[in-house]
Amino acid sequence: MRDFSYLRANSIDAARQAAALPGAMLLAGGTTLIDLAKCGVTEPETVVDITHLNGLDGITVDDRGATIGALARMSSVADHADIKSRFPAVSEALWQAASAQLRNMATIGGNLMQRTRCPYFRDPANFPACNKRTPGSGCSAIGGVTRGHAVLGTSEACIATYPGDLATALVAFDATVHLGDRQVAADDFFLLPGTTPDREHAIEPGEMITAISIPASAAAGRSTYLKVRDRQSYEFAAASAAVGIEFEADGRTIRDLRVALGGVATKPWRARAVEEALKGKVLEADTVKQASLLAIEAAVDHGANHYKIELAPRVIARAILKVGETA
Amino acid sequence: MTSKTRIPIQLQINGRRHELEVEPRVTLLDALRDHLGLTGTKKGCDQGQCGACTVHVDGQRVLACLTLAAQAEGRAVTSIEGLAEGDGTLHAVQAAFLEQDAFQCGYCTPGQIMSAVACIREGHAGSDDEIREYMAGNLCRCGAYPHIVAAVRQAALEVASSMETAS
Repeated sequence: MRDFSYLRANSIDAARQAAALPGAMLLAGGTTLIDLAKCGVTEPETVVDITHLNGLDGITVDDRGATIGALARMSSVADHADIKSRFPAVSEALWQAASAQLRNMATIGGNLMQRTRCPYFRDPANFPACNKRTPGSGCSAIGGVTRGHAVLGTSEACIATYPGDLATALVAFDATVHLGDRQVAADDFFLLPGTTPDREHAIEPGEMITAISIPASAAAGRSTYLKVRDRQSYEFAAASAAVGIEFEADGRTIRDLRVALGGVATKPWRARAVEEALKGKVLEADTVKQASLLAIEAAVDHGANHYKIELAPRVIARAILKVGETA
Repeated sequence: MTSKTRIPIQLQINGRRHELEVEPRVTLLDALRDHLGLTGTKKGCDQGQCGACTVHVDGQRVLACLTLAAQAEGRAVTSIEGLAEGDGTLHAVQAAFLEQDAFQCGYCTPGQIMSAVACIREGHAGSDDEIREYMAGNLCRCGAYPHIVAAVRQAALEVASSMETAS
């Protein structure tokens, strides 16, 4: 790891100003930044430590929704009683991510900024070509070992999978990312790779995530996060789904449905076609399985990741039936 | 405060204050092992994947390899050396690991024990399944997992009964 200057921010404004300087990067939990600095992927000139700022780690939940400070730790949010009861998918996405130690370190703001686990991206010494790291250098993954790569939202420049769990739930429930006074819908905060895979988030130099907010909804209150992976714990998703459901008064006709996919796309992937196909329908296994296929209509595989195209709709259907049948 | 050479930091480790000068990139793990001679905390992957470097910062289990030493300033750090009592009496988790033979080579053990102490304190040791889930961040290449789960289960019961006795 190359050495850097260390600067401890004592206010949000100071942090923003320092982070706007060339080569400066914000440091919170460190689980992405220090890791990638050790891989040689990021080489910050200056690290701006924001973990000593006060007042940015609050969690408040009321009838309107939840507001979570950017420095709240993943573990605190996962274990928060009101998050568990009113946003179960958010709590489940968090406790199924990473390990207990990493969840104690990683912050909510930093979680949104985590980078892909594409092994080519993470290994600049052996794979100099990576459009995400070095724009225009090419993509080592295309034609390489692609078992973990995305099948949705890919481009000719990049097929790296967005690895996070939390953001999948945030996108499903229309969360907002607060950058000080500016607000961005979670779905818009994550960018498709297109021709500029180096640009992953709708955040400008000098901006800092200060909080996220999630509006309360019946669907969020009756939700789950289903994560399917190569081993039972401490692993990224092969495919995952954040799902929430609200029924009409009859308890079986779907009034509202939220579906987002993780582990299969280049960004947290809202599956609106599935939602629209099932709204107004009676919850029934075959209908749900049929509608879930709409999520992968535009999917493109690169060989070894073909299984994700079969897996993703099954994960969606299982998650919908799971939250729906607990009536 | 900005510097690219060495920066002075104060660390509070196992109740003792240490003053040292380190490059900003020095991790808490390297500060413990190379600067302070506290080699109980192990360097496994050095990349946040194996859990061998688990320590407590302000009572929370974290990975020392992904924490900058400078970030730990003003926080209370506990390493495996700080777990036993002053007279050498082992912590309940240490004793349970011995009794259950919860290791083979022992390299992951300090991290396993620090993680287990926190796991029990967090209330995540209620069943074998829960122990396996919440101890998943500590890898054991010898595969001593069944005995590790048994040790955590035993220690959790002992901690619970000692708390009942105390109340």
